[in-house]
Formats: sequence, C-alpha cells, structure tokens
Amino acid sequence: MSMTITEKILARASGKAVVKPGDNIWVKVDILLTHDICGPGTIGIFQGEFGKRAKVWDREKVVIIPDHYIFTADEKAHRNVDILRQFAREQGLPYFYDPGTPEYRGVCHVALPQAGHVRPGEVIFGTDSHTCTHGAFGAFSSGIGNTDAGFILGTGKLLVKVPRTIRFCLDNRKPGYIMAKDMILRMIGDIGVDGATFCAMEFCGEAINQLNLDERMTICNMAVEAGAKNGIIAPDQAVFDFVKARTQKPFEPLYSDPSAPVQGERRYDVSGFEPCVAKPHSPDSYAAARECGNVRVDRAYIGSCTGGKLTDFIAAAGILKGRKVKADTFLVPATREVADGLATATVDGKPLLAIFEESGCAKVAPPSCAACLGGPVDTFGRTSGRETVISTTNRNFIGRMGSKDAPIYLASPLTAAASAVTGHITDPREFMQ
Amino acid sequence: MTSKKTLAQAIRGTVYVVGDNIDTDQIIPAQYLNLVPTIPGEYEKLGAHALSGLPAGCAPFVRAGSARSAHSILVGGRNFGCGSSREHAPVALGAAGVQAVVAQSYARIFFRNCVATGELYPCETDERLCDVFKTGDEAEIDLSANAIIRLSDGRRFALKPMGDAAPVIQAGGLFKFARKAGMIKS
Repeated sequence: MSMTITEKILARASGKAVVKPGDNIWVKVDILLTHDICGPGTIGIFQGEFGKRAKVWDREKVVIIPDHYIFTADEKAHRNVDILRQFAREQGLPYFYDPGTPEYRGVCHVALPQAGHVRPGEVIFGTDSHTCTHGAFGAFSSGIGNTDAGFILGTGKLLVKVPRTIRFCLDNRKPGYIMAKDMILRMIGDIGVDGATFCAMEFCGEAINQLNLDERMTICNMAVEAGAKNGIIAPDQAVFDFVKARTQKPFEPLYSDPSAPVQGERRYDVSGFEPCVAKPHSPDSYAAARECGNVRVDRAYIGSCTGGKLTDFIAAAGILKGRKVKADTFLVPATREVADGLATATVDGKPLLAIFEESGCAKVAPPSCAACLGGPVDTFGRTSGRETVISTTNRNFIGRMGSKDAPIYLASPLTAAASAVTGHITDPREFMQ
Repeated sequence: MTSKKTLAQAIRGTVYVVGDNIDTDQIIPAQYLNLVPTIPGEYEKLGAHALSGLPAGCAPFVRAGSARSAHSILVGGRNFGCGSSREHAPVALGAAGVQAVVAQSYARIFFRNCVATGELYPCETDERLCDVFKTGDEAEIDLSANAIIRLSDGRRFALKPMGDAAPVIQAGGLFKFARKAGMIKS
C-alpha cells in the first residue's frame, strides 16, 4: 500500500508495515526536545509519575536547549534553568546546552539541527509548538505538552494518531523578492489558522526544492500556524550534506509514494507571489505588502526560530546596506552559530554587523527567543505600549510581543527591512532591482 | 500533569463566553510561563492569571485578588486553544476552576493537553454556542448524555461524542490510561 512520507516514518517507528490516517499507534521516539519554559514542568511530571530516582529512557535521545527566558533578571526564570541544570547533572545528560557556558546555543528549533540532533526519517517530539520546524529535514517532528513529554522521558514512546496529509505543491521558481515567509503566509492565508488542524502539511515542488535549509525551516516552522501536526519536506542532497556534517549517526530517509492518497492537494505558481504581511491579530490575515503602505511602523523585529536565521539576516542586510532605518530596529540572531555568521557573512563585501550598525539598528542582542513571545518585562525588544511592529516571527496574536495595544504585522526579513527604512509597511521591490 | 481532581460526569455552573481562535497567549500570557505547573503554589498562581490575555474590555475571567473564576464552563467558537504547546494553558483554566470547554473545534495540541492532563473536558459542538449563550448563563453539561442544557429555559444542545479521546479521559489522563493498558508499570 502506498504511503506518504509522514505515514512511512510513523509506520517504521511503530514497527508496522502499513499505517493509515486515523490509526492510533505507539511510536518510538528518536529525539525528545525540551527547553526552560516547559522542561521544569516535564521533569515534574516525570519524577511525579516514575519516581524521584527514575532514569530517562535513553540519555542520548533527550536534548535540553534553554532558550526562552535567558537574558532577564526574572528570578523564577533563573530558578527554572537551575531545575534543568540539576536534572541534566543527575541524569548525566550529554546534550544540555547550558546558558552562561560555551555550550549555550540559543533558540532550540534552529539549534537542534545545528547541533546534529535532526536526521531524516526520524521521529522528534518537543515541548514547543514550533517543533514542526524539523520536518524541513525530512523528519516527523511535532509539538507536545509537558505530560506527553514526561511520558516519553519515562518510556521513549508516545501514542500518536496518524495524521491525514495535505500536499502543497509550489511550482516554478520564486522571484528574488519572495522569501519562504511570503510562501507560508500565503498558504496560511488561504487555508486559515485551522485549515490543517490535525493534518500533516507536506510541501513539494520546484520552488521548495530551490529553497535553502534555512528557508525550508521557515516553511515547516509555521505549519502549526495552520493547526498542523507536522510540516514536512522530502529530504534531498542539501539535507544529507548538512546532517552528515553534524552527526555520525546513520539515518535512512523515507519518501512519499507518488500514488499515496492524500486528503487534499493545493498547487501554487510561486512566480506570481507578492511580498506580503499577516495583519493583526492572526497569522492568516494575509495582505500584499504594497496594499499596506498606509501602516506606519514604529519597530522592526528580526529574530526567532522563524526569522532569525543567517539567511534572514543576509536578506535584511541586502536592503539595509547604505540606508538608514526610520523605525527602531531590533535584531536577535536565533543561535550562536547565526550570531557568529553576522560577523563573517558579507553583502557586497561588507560584514552584516557593520551594515546593521551603519543603518542605525539597535545593538544586536545575544541569541534567544527574546520578544517573539513577549516574556518577562525586561525582555529585549518586548513591546510595552502602542508600538506598531513589523516582525519576522511567527505569531501576531493580541499581546504576543508583550503589550496588548501593540499591533504586530508578520513579514519576511526583506519586507521587515524595507519597512524599517521607510517607517511604513513597504514592498521590498521598491529597493530591489 | 495528571490532575489530582476527579472531573464529574455532570458539570453545573455559569458559563463564560469567548469567540473564535482563543489562542494560548490569551489563555495564559507568556510572562507567566515562568510558573511551573508541578511546583506547589504555582499551579494556583496560573489559575489566577487564566484568560488574562483577553483583549482589553472583556469582563475579567478571574476577579483581581482571586485565584479562581466564578465560571466553571467556557463556551467558545472555532479553533479554541490555538498557538503554543504550553500545558500551562489547560492547567491555568483547570486551576481557575474550569471543568469543561464547549467549542466548535480545538487546536490539536491544546485538545491533546486537556486529555493528557485530565484538567478539563474539551467538548465539541456542531452548533455555534458562543452565539447562543451569554456570560453568566447557568448551564449543566451531562457527559453521559452528550448534552449541554441552558438552565434558564431548559434548552438542550448536543455535544459530539469524544471518540478516541474518551477512553483516555475516562481512565483519568494519559498516565492512568497507559497503566491500565499495561504500557507502563503501575
């Protein structure tokens, strides 16, 4: 029987030859990811249910990446990292990326593949909704709560309902002014924030194959904004090269059968896409950027697992080079590796950091989730009043970045940078030839 | 977390009505995610902040100074609980005294977290009850009959059967279900 990539991965992880959508199956977990927000509660569940002295099912498969509330004076935030620290020590966990040490990485969804924990064909669960990001590498990867994660810590397994697949084919080559963010905001705008609830979103087509891995991560990262269980892209040589450079562990990729039945298929001609935004307060509130020129922006924010990767900063720098920003512009690289890239990567021979400094951006913050989700009141870039923000992050729910009175427009780094320069929402084509 | 309380099959109380796409940032804003649900005292604090992210102008769900809401039933529209995987969301509602949400549909992770924690029942309806009920209406949910009844006029609305989630909720959450099924040792 023909199956999709998602079905094949889940079948293999459950020891079955065939699974079909709707089947409830116990799957073996290859990686469990947690962080400082949900890790302490997950540990609380694990110890409460399995006992204070219980050991995790497999030390090699537990990855703890603190990233949310790191650069804050909040006492409980520090207490929570201490809980992770103690647990990692007690359990002898080899993959704990401790803040304040050279091991610290930054935002978990970008750090996880960079640190070599993502492999095609594997099953990843994480206590964060954006765990769907790792489908960009051909893995089944999905977000869960503390209780499910506590269960995995003890058993290495989880009861999963096999999702139906919706296939999104993005045909033709994308123009240079279109980024992955424009593509996924367009798809979410079409199907709505619950358009893929409980489903797998499988992305394919020439425009997807053309994307680098940073950009594929942006697409899969936002699958949850349409309600999906996972987003996934067939792995190719670019994925294999990236993964093999970062992990010795062997892996076996899986691919959809062309004849695999799917719940639906949507086709797009990407050559006709326009730079866009998602208007407040929902990621499905699609509008072309050129139609929003009357929206004044006080702040631009470039960061997060969605929009804080090196590709995102290179795109922004291409617009900002030789120009001054009118809006307050906050830059938060997702990880240390991205932050290092800001010093070494160049646009027209000029390092990104120099471009950002000359254009009048705020000093680049250390890597973390920062203001993407508001957080403690002293969080870098957090809104506190009526600031209108254009942001490369993933959610523009009311109050998401701190203040309920601060409207948030989601956009690509190109559109965010163009808008930072003009002080109003701007189609980046105005600055591109 | 596995709820300490046992949810009744019949739930009676006043309802609090919200609309579509009530996201987890509205249910429990991120600034309170420094609270850990399994740490004594912090569970209750999460309850005190339940639904504090609703837009300005909404009636407070939990009165200032109180840790619990006057309402034990939430009535919403589509896609309730969208957004984050934070288990703090169903926990905050449960800690505030909510026993059931009645909505047209749920976001996947929120639904699953309700089932796994046993904090509250995520009931589904075909009818858009957020347009029918008003905040403060007294209602009774009869889970064995899959119905919610408005007590002022006795009007009865069907709830969808819970399907695959039912055996897990009936067992008392994921851990109890798994022990019953022999998946983990008791």
